[in-house]
Amino acid sequence: MSNDHHHEENFIQKYVFSVDHKVIGLQYGITSLLFLLFGFLLMMVMRYQLAYPEQVVPYVGNWLFSESGGVMLPENYNTLGAMHGTIMIFLGVVPLAVGAFGNYLVPLQIGAPDMAFPKLNAASYWSYFIGGVIMMASFFTPEGAARSGWTSYPPLSIFESGQTMWLLGMVFLITSSLLGSMNIIVTIVQLRAPGLTWFRLPFFIWAQLVTSFLLILAFPPLESAAILQLMDRLAGTSFFLPSGLVYAGSPVEAYGSGSPLLWQHLFWFLAHPEVYVLILPAIGIVGEIIANNTRKPLWGYKSLVYAISFLGFMSFIVWAHHMFLTGMGQSMSAFFQLTTMIISIPSVVVLTAFFISLWGGSIRFNTPMLFALSFLPMFGIGGLTGLPLGVAASDIFLHDTYYVIGHFHYVVAPGTLFALFAGIYYWFPKITGKRMSESLGKLHFWPSLIFMNGIFMPMFIQGLAGLSRRMYDGGVTYAHASDILQWNEFMTISAFCLGAAQIPFVLNLIISLAGKTTGERNPWDSTTIEWSAPSPPLPHVNFDKDIEVHHGPYEYSVPGKEKDYSPQTTP
Amino acid sequence: MSNIPYILEERPDTGLNNSKLGIWIFIASEIMLFGGLFSAYVFLRIAAPEGDFDYWGSKLSIPMATFNTLVLITSSVTMVMSWASLKMQQFDKYKMYLGITILCGLAFLVVKYFEYTGKFHHGVYPSSSTFMGIYFTLTGLHVIHIIGGLLVLGFFWTSQADKMWEQDQDLLANRIEITGLYWHFVDLVWIFLFPILYLL
Repeated sequence: MSNDHHHEENFIQKYVFSVDHKVIGLQYGITSLLFLLFGFLLMMVMRYQLAYPEQVVPYVGNWLFSESGGVMLPENYNTLGAMHGTIMIFLGVVPLAVGAFGNYLVPLQIGAPDMAFPKLNAASYWSYFIGGVIMMASFFTPEGAARSGWTSYPPLSIFESGQTMWLLGMVFLITSSLLGSMNIIVTIVQLRAPGLTWFRLPFFIWAQLVTSFLLILAFPPLESAAILQLMDRLAGTSFFLPSGLVYAGSPVEAYGSGSPLLWQHLFWFLAHPEVYVLILPAIGIVGEIIANNTRKPLWGYKSLVYAISFLGFMSFIVWAHHMFLTGMGQSMSAFFQLTTMIISIPSVVVLTAFFISLWGGSIRFNTPMLFALSFLPMFGIGGLTGLPLGVAASDIFLHDTYYVIGHFHYVVAPGTLFALFAGIYYWFPKITGKRMSESLGKLHFWPSLIFMNGIFMPMFIQGLAGLSRRMYDGGVTYAHASDILQWNEFMTISAFCLGAAQIPFVLNLIISLAGKTTGERNPWDSTTIEWSAPSPPLPHVNFDKDIEVHHGPYEYSVPGKEKDYSPQTTP
Repeated sequence: MSNIPYILEERPDTGLNNSKLGIWIFIASEIMLFGGLFSAYVFLRIAAPEGDFDYWGSKLSIPMATFNTLVLITSSVTMVMSWASLKMQQFDKYKMYLGITILCGLAFLVVKYFEYTGKFHHGVYPSSSTFMGIYFTLTGLHVIHIIGGLLVLGFFWTSQADKMWEQDQDLLANRIEITGLYWHFVDLVWIFLFPILYLL
């Protein structure tokens, strides 16, 4: 069937309710970047409170905390913390990594005209959008937004206000990722161009495939947990309420005999694979950029594929390492310690393969490559600091301290987010047909790298000193914290500087978009299929010629060839 | 927009068309959804006081549930018959069998309605006990799935199906096959719900 019946689309069909994977990818991208900014702003208010506790928050304090004269109350801090986590993970990073990059690049990299189910794809975006609107609206309800942490541990979350809206929003967000990941799996399995065999797939596609399997299998148990928690809140059941519970000084009137641990199991059954949902697309992006800018094949491509597949499988049986302190028993702890140690092996394989890929290459240090290179040590720090948390003996000491915050932020912020920035710089010419400014890019990269470390490195120090992560005053009322409190101000200043360091990025986007279109197809001299499409790719069909794939994804510097790259689509 | 390959014909190396792979992956996620609730059931049953689940479980009506089980199994059979009729080019028979499937689904809902209201009448609510909570949650979610299935089946019983039959017979047969897979899955969930809630 050809494209004969193609009718003219009006503005709404073309840019709002589009079924074109590229438009949906961009919708995901813009929405999630705005949510990332919003989540970052919430964090800046929190950081101000941590550095200068009990003081009037300048500029926004009187508006946000009008009842207390501009001073942040403990419950305000809890709301900001819960919503920062929720927004960053479920509305920011995952939609950007899977929704935006997955949607935009998967069909292009496998030489397909669109996703397998275009309407489902649009439904996925709009479900995400509704989930986001519900989460945002919850700030303006009389109850306020959720304040039980992004983990929503019962029994507290059953009684605290704002949680019902959070759960409703989550139901929409979960639906969105189920539709999206199902679409990505079918697209990769079914729509590969002729000649594109499994081991000719770019590494990014493998990463998206494993990610989608994690989403499709890990998210539904959280949906069931959310349903149970909604029942507890709205229908008066007691799935998560033990017998004899006392809340706010009076006994809770419920049937009892439920278990708060049940929530933790169901929650972490999602939330541990979710960690790999955050990191795998980032690893995929970094792999692409490293191969391109070292002008060498990605080292150990097959080992990388096996490593991330094994990683995906293992991520389903490590969840209870978040629960060593719940008293679930020694044999359980022993099992989950063992699996946690095992799952670190494939991550090390990935990092090692990337480092060896650099060896002997003539590296081009452009902006995407700088971000991709800095991903390696940053993710390395994040990963290695996780090991003491995976062993029960040391986790008992470190649990719920700032050390944990430092650990997972190193994985997600200078890890995943840097890789996503790298991806934006790298694929921007494909999406728009324009180049981004290199000097502004470097002005974005170097301060970001420095201030990221300025925020998160001191957290290890504070955490090792025993500072609890839950203190709304940053620890001034906590005797053990007195020696490490001076870091709070340093971290807060770093956070504000990090915010300022994003200005060149925003400027770069605006200036580049206003600049002239070159329409270069392959500005980075890359080999994968998306670079043989026009820039930007054609609506609904992507390519202007039939795609046939002749060799593997990373044939750089093949001896005897005229050029130092052999695109997959040329014989 | 219609240039996406393998909508109906099978891709040679995978042996699947897009929607069949899609529905199987969707069913996999549904298994995880109900799996989460089933494991919650096991967890809560173990944690409950001795005899608690047995006592509350005995309040459920086994005859009504048995009737509903038979109704759903019948609907699964007629679902296959309607697809087979399409494949044999018998559109009238397709409509009849699909109609019976829809009626079975509605009968299930009616029985479920009387079960629920009977419980409410005796002052038994989800909050009455942990067993009743998980009973209403599991069966309620299952009922939502039945309603969703009925909406899709209903759509394919309207004149829309007649139009599709005239324009693209293979497409209609494919859609009915896919819907059928979902419908069988929803039946299968009930086959698990019946013993663990009513019989155990």
